[in-house]
Amino acid sequence: MTKHAVAAGVSALALLTAAPALAEIKIGASLAVTGPAAFLGDPEAKTLEMLVEELNAAGGINGEQVELIVYDDGADPNKARTFATRLIEEDEVVAVIGGSSTGATMAMAPLFADYEIPFISLAGAVVIIDPVQEFVFKTPHTDRMACEKIFADITARGLSKVGLISGTDGFGASMREQCLAVAGDAGVEIVADESYGGSDSDMTPQLTNIAATDGIEAVVNPGFGQGPAVVTRNYAQLGIELPFYQSHGVASDEFIKLAGDAANGLRLPATPLLIPDQLSEDDPQREPVQGYIAAYQAKYGETPSTFGGYAFDAFHLLLDAIERAGSTDPVAIRDALEATSGMAGVTGVYSFSPEDHMGLDLSAFRMLEIRDGGWAAVE
Amino acid sequence: MSELLQFIISGVTVGAIYAAIALGFTLIYNATGVVNFAQGEFVVIGGMTAAALIGAGVPVPLAALLAVLAGTLAGVLLYRLAIKPARQAPLVSLIIITIGASIFIRGAMQTLFDKQIHRYDGFSGDAPLRFGGATILPQSLWIIAGSVAVFGFLAWFLNRTRAGRGIRATASNRLAAALVGINTGRAMNLSFAISAGIGALAGVLATPVTFTSYDAGVLMALKGFSATMLGGVGSPLGALAGGLLIGLIEATTAGYVSSDYKDAAAFVVILAVLFVRPQGLFGAKITERV
Amino acid sequence: MAGRSIGPGLRTFLIFAALVVIGAALFPSSYFYRVGTLVWINTLSVTGIVVLLGYVGLVSLGHAGFFAIGAYATAILPQYGLPSGVAMLAGIGGAALLALLVGRPILRLSGYYLAIATLGLGMLIWMVLSKEAWLTGGPDGMAVEGMSARNLFKLVGLSLKSAEAWYWVAGGCASLGAALAVNLGHSPWGRALRAIHDSDVAARSLGIDVARAKSAAFVISAVYAAVAGALLALANGYITPDTGGFMHSVEMVTMAVLGGASSVFGALVGALILTALPQVLTVLADYEHMVLGAIMVLTMIAMRRGLVPALAGLWARRRP
Repeated sequence: MTKHAVAAGVSALALLTAAPALAEIKIGASLAVTGPAAFLGDPEAKTLEMLVEELNAAGGINGEQVELIVYDDGADPNKARTFATRLIEEDEVVAVIGGSSTGATMAMAPLFADYEIPFISLAGAVVIIDPVQEFVFKTPHTDRMACEKIFADITARGLSKVGLISGTDGFGASMREQCLAVAGDAGVEIVADESYGGSDSDMTPQLTNIAATDGIEAVVNPGFGQGPAVVTRNYAQLGIELPFYQSHGVASDEFIKLAGDAANGLRLPATPLLIPDQLSEDDPQREPVQGYIAAYQAKYGETPSTFGGYAFDAFHLLLDAIERAGSTDPVAIRDALEATSGMAGVTGVYSFSPEDHMGLDLSAFRMLEIRDGGWAAVE
Repeated sequence: MSELLQFIISGVTVGAIYAAIALGFTLIYNATGVVNFAQGEFVVIGGMTAAALIGAGVPVPLAALLAVLAGTLAGVLLYRLAIKPARQAPLVSLIIITIGASIFIRGAMQTLFDKQIHRYDGFSGDAPLRFGGATILPQSLWIIAGSVAVFGFLAWFLNRTRAGRGIRATASNRLAAALVGINTGRAMNLSFAISAGIGALAGVLATPVTFTSYDAGVLMALKGFSATMLGGVGSPLGALAGGLLIGLIEATTAGYVSSDYKDAAAFVVILAVLFVRPQGLFGAKITERV
Repeated sequence: MAGRSIGPGLRTFLIFAALVVIGAALFPSSYFYRVGTLVWINTLSVTGIVVLLGYVGLVSLGHAGFFAIGAYATAILPQYGLPSGVAMLAGIGGAALLALLVGRPILRLSGYYLAIATLGLGMLIWMVLSKEAWLTGGPDGMAVEGMSARNLFKLVGLSLKSAEAWYWVAGGCASLGAALAVNLGHSPWGRALRAIHDSDVAARSLGIDVARAKSAAFVISAVYAAVAGALLALANGYITPDTGGFMHSVEMVTMAVLGGASSVFGALVGALILTALPQVLTVLADYEHMVLGAIMVLTMIAMRRGLVPALAGLWARRRP
């Protein structure tokens, strides 16, 4: 009798003292931390790392710590797909945030359907969520929405003849296509259509041609990186007075630094991240925006960019979904994501549905104008 | 008419930058027979260092000088650590070494500085100068003057100084050069140092117009290499002409034909020229010794 | 032991096949199969570079263009009704045709001039693929629907995971490609190529039609690249223009030189290092590029003909 009791006692003791494997929730990310899209991926990675650190310090999700695994795909779709496979199979993540570029996103997307892991993309093209793929979501506005917002502002000013000058990178080219597609319905006529390479240093020939176009009334520049800053400088250099619009691809203080005084007077659709102090008290985005800026500034010593904001929102959407799902089963997380309603992030207020994996409408975009080297809301 | 003038100004400005990079390629080729694919990285070193120093409050002339020195130092290190130990390696291996070195330098730039795009104000301000219905930035004049000065310096150096002639002799026949008492090691070292300095200078002058970032070097090297070959590798005049020509082709194609294919036009012209003159515009005729 | 030993081509095939099998035996998950697939696809495209650079001595900095032609034909043509296999063949044929047409004038150049001309060719191909978005999807790329390796194996009654199936297909193609290249090298035509490598003039004086031989080598290497491109497009299910970009061309040549451009085993080693190393270096995060660059430089300094010849040399010296 005593032998059994001792055995039972020892086993019970062994079970109790064996350290329980620290249940860790693994979240994966494949971002363009280096390479031509580092502009996007670097702040995204920094934001995710900061948020995970904060979360774990506050006790994690339901007491479980979160492990973030970030791979640098350099916006190479080949590498992105390999890393996605690695994240799903080797690292066994429950969800993936990533795809700083559309190419990388689209290369990874089929894997998430196969393995049934939810994926939140940080890239811009509308093709990511149209047609809707069951396990793919995205946080940034679509380029189509940017065009619609810009055109709405142009027509509100009583103008209609527009010239485009676009970067030949994925973002610029894709947005140019969308602008051409929605122009008619928006009451706008595209009368000039020029392009430039992402690393070009002088766009005066293209702008000269645009300025010389008959009857032109406004100019729009889809693009990101340094191109738009060069275009803006050239615009001022040539003395072009027409209303000038940039895209959300340059919604950052960096852009104002690079473009200098030439940027004054131009408008672009952006997230409230750029006007934290101008948000009203009852704006649901005020708290997340100011909180994010303060935390990022404290940790990295610089203001966060719109792209970091996409990662911020993706992470919080995921967190919110995991909490609502009450489990870390990927399919349950996905279902909870799809049921997200009215979640205020720094980019906008998100509400997903089975037909809408983007979650934002045009009101999430604020039209901003650059005045005296700073941002001002145009209303 | 003022449009054409604007296109020409645009073409000459970017062309001068390409030419400066091409002149750097030319010098190293003249000394070692190697086309140094890390040449673009020297431009970045110059630009990023100057941007960092100016941003920290260092007066512009001093920052420019230090940036050029930083580039020169990088060139010497490249020669000492990567090229010299590999002497007698086949040409293709040397190409891969310079490519590996450029990847290394890019990685170093990324950690030493950051991944942001940088700029500083033009040396004579940024207010454009207007004439003939066209505009030109004062910095463009600095860039053009700089490239012409570099060309002048190289032409004088390679033809009129002992060190320069030593470099040319080393490239022509290393053994023979050593036999007549030329310190071939020093000649090659010098060529890398000066070439890197030229690249850094190009970066310092160009940054107010082109901006700079840790990975801007790849495309710079590509354009510089194209300009070098178009003009004929080994010829400083070829480098200058090649650079300006490519710049002008790009600008006029963007202006008159289609901005989509302006880069394509440059390559089409290069291919066309090489089919007719396989040694480039001003290159030495290629002879094969049997 | 008297008797015929197996030919070099067959021997190469068996060695490669053995490596494919060993890999499959060791790989624990789809991720490894995925990296393995990329290694074999890269080996295939670099084998073409070995034929051009190793056998004849011609540097091409634009071969990624042919790779992309193979890939995009496989992606685009099925949208117009062509079955996937036919699309692949069309892509390979297109690449070969382009190489034939453009090869003649380009191959009259030599050294760095040849390099810039091929670079220009590759860039032109890349630009067309990037700009003509109506056809190619533009810089964001396009999805590829086509033959799936899984279905291939289902035909013979085997049920494999997608990544595994592609690994076998890629490995098989690479082994076949390597064997063919080795046979080529040992044929009289291959010897003619090596004669040209030493000296154009000397080869001509022996009666070799130098222009025709160079052109043939160019076309063959283009075919290798195109096949590899088609395989990658199908394996990835997605393709973007930078598969035809300058950096990819440079990567292909680097793989060849790193491993040893004169042999197909060099192609394998180079492809293995440059494909697998970045996966291993991810732990270094920000320092990855510095380490990669340093490895490339040090390898070339220490083993200037590439890894395989250097290791072969070490092995030879071991024997008493």
